[in-house]
Amino acid sequence: MATEAVVEGRSVGHRLAGLFHGRRRLQVGTLLAGPVGWLVIGYLGSLAVLLVAAFWSVDPLSGEVVRGLSFENFETLFNEPVYREIVWRTVRVAALVTLTDAILAFPIAFYMAKVASRRGKAILVVAVLLPLWSSYLVKVYAWRTMLSAGGVINWALAPFGLEGPGFGGTAVWLVMSYLWLPYMILPIYAGLERIPNSLISASEDLGASPFTTFRRVILPLSFPAVVAGSIFTFALTLGDYITPRLVSNDQFIGNVIFNNISNNLPFASALALVPIVVMIAYLMVARKLGAFEHI
Amino acid sequence: MRKHDAHPARTALLIAGGLVVFMLLLAGCGSSSNNTTSGEELQKVGKGEGALSLISWAGYVEPEWTKPFEEKTGCKVSDKVAGTSDEMVQLMRSGQYDGVSASGNASARLVDGGDVAPVNVSLVPNYKTIFSDLKDQPYNTFDGVNYGIPHGRGANLLMWNTNDVKPAPTSWDVILDPKKAAKYKGKISAYDDPIYIADAAVYLKAHQPELGIENPYELNEEQFEAAVSLLKEQRPNVGEYWSEAAKQISAFAGGDSVVGTTWQYQYFELEGAGKPVAASPASQGFLPSEGATGWSDTWMISSEAKHPNCMYKWMDWIVSPKVNAEVAEYFGEAPAQSLACEETADKEFCTKYHADNPGFWKRVYYWETPLADCGNGSSDCKDYNDWVQAWTSIKG
Repeated sequence: MATEAVVEGRSVGHRLAGLFHGRRRLQVGTLLAGPVGWLVIGYLGSLAVLLVAAFWSVDPLSGEVVRGLSFENFETLFNEPVYREIVWRTVRVAALVTLTDAILAFPIAFYMAKVASRRGKAILVVAVLLPLWSSYLVKVYAWRTMLSAGGVINWALAPFGLEGPGFGGTAVWLVMSYLWLPYMILPIYAGLERIPNSLISASEDLGASPFTTFRRVILPLSFPAVVAGSIFTFALTLGDYITPRLVSNDQFIGNVIFNNISNNLPFASALALVPIVVMIAYLMVARKLGAFEHI
Repeated sequence: MRKHDAHPARTALLIAGGLVVFMLLLAGCGSSSNNTTSGEELQKVGKGEGALSLISWAGYVEPEWTKPFEEKTGCKVSDKVAGTSDEMVQLMRSGQYDGVSASGNASARLVDGGDVAPVNVSLVPNYKTIFSDLKDQPYNTFDGVNYGIPHGRGANLLMWNTNDVKPAPTSWDVILDPKKAAKYKGKISAYDDPIYIADAAVYLKAHQPELGIENPYELNEEQFEAAVSLLKEQRPNVGEYWSEAAKQISAFAGGDSVVGTTWQYQYFELEGAGKPVAASPASQGFLPSEGATGWSDTWMISSEAKHPNCMYKWMDWIVSPKVNAEVAEYFGEAPAQSLACEETADKEFCTKYHADNPGFWKRVYYWETPLADCGNGSSDCKDYNDWVQAWTSIKG
């Protein structure tokens, strides 16, 4: 009995091996079936369902979803000024956070890539990654405590007769800039690492001032990395809804999606298309700026 | 060197184009669903099916009382916590759950949609001793048919910081009258949910009788506009809209909010932590002069329940005196079971939460689902979708 089973099992294995032997396409196809299936069905498929749902509507009496073509959601989206205001606010903050992070990240990344010793570099990389090890919610709640009326920011500013920003738009900008900073530092660091030191030396040898070297050599070579980092900070801000909810009363696109998701899924889907469209536009601009050239 | 054969943006556009075509195809040939199958009442509770899947508010289904339930009945409990009433409705419509702890702003939607079945209360022995003012209410009984077992309730209180808010307010006007509220500009705390529009309606019912508001959840165009514009005037004075209890507790503890609407849970948490907070005292019936909104939760059984016997056993278990006392104390609400008051660890618990004080609850307007058809035959009330849209425009 036992030997029989083993022999049978072997022969199945052998037959399978024989099936794959020398068939390159079948080998590759089987290997990729899982990941590609996931990408197409799980990832793009759910996006497609989202897009479809945007054209459905909700029956006002029963509250049930009517699965038919309707442009009602988009009409509401365009005609109600409050949604334009919310979209504009979200995009504005995303741009502001991106700019802030780029300005903060560049010197840090430059120091890490070109100035720090090997040991210092390792310490800095860990320091940048460290905040990513703790939960997003813990960090936002920590900021909430710091920003509150009796919090540490007001306490520290009080001797100078100043007051912290408190909860509101400024708080959202501060917290988001903090949260996404590592996502800007790391791509810029990687980009700067790739610039050979010899180019900087050559620039100096040819008589360029440090500022000119930065402007004419380092910045153009690292700019695609900055744009790549900005994709992260911009997209992450665009999609966040918990930070605005915890440190302000401002509504972002995500908050309105959240409010509508259970009673009016089609409208929530229509709203969800807005960040997708914004991101497609952003990526096209990023491509023009060369962010994808080294990918 | 730059590769000229790769065009990421063009590929992205192609994929997007493909998705659009696919989506239009799907949108065009879809059909409207129709699943109004109303289940029948169970006649006899038989042997448990060995499993039970529930949707509940956080804190309603905890190991402290599900473990003994599982041991006793053999029904293995799996629980899905929902954050909002809307989410509960959505989950129940999937038909994959046996029961839900629905608030009044979900129950009518569930009954209308045929998602829940009538409950034969004679099969739930502990139902007999449930507080009588929780039985046969508009949010758990429809056309004279019982659709659930009451679980517990709470009122939305007016809470203030005794150091900053003087004199002690006796009316919601301290946060809703634009002139009076301006005194606490930026320090007012309001509930972050479309249902908060009903709080404005309760206020207007008392202060603008000419609007003729009867039920704060049944508002016609004019009444609704009045409530919404009152909240738009309140907006600049609001320091924070809260939706999680923890958020409001931290705002009152840190001094960011000094007056606003709250649940009993937050009030007792803050009071217990020694913070200088107060809520309407006994001399005013514990509520501001206008009364207040509140919530009353009901366990309902799905019309497609796969484990109806286990669900009936659960509904009886959760309102049994000891368990109902445990849940009520864990969550911070008034128990529905009158005998639970003898089982609470804190002997003052039922007094604190007014569980056995019908006078208190008479002035509470329990959350209901706003429906277009509000009983006058003309379907001219604002439905919940309108409430959600209005709420977005109030917050701006």
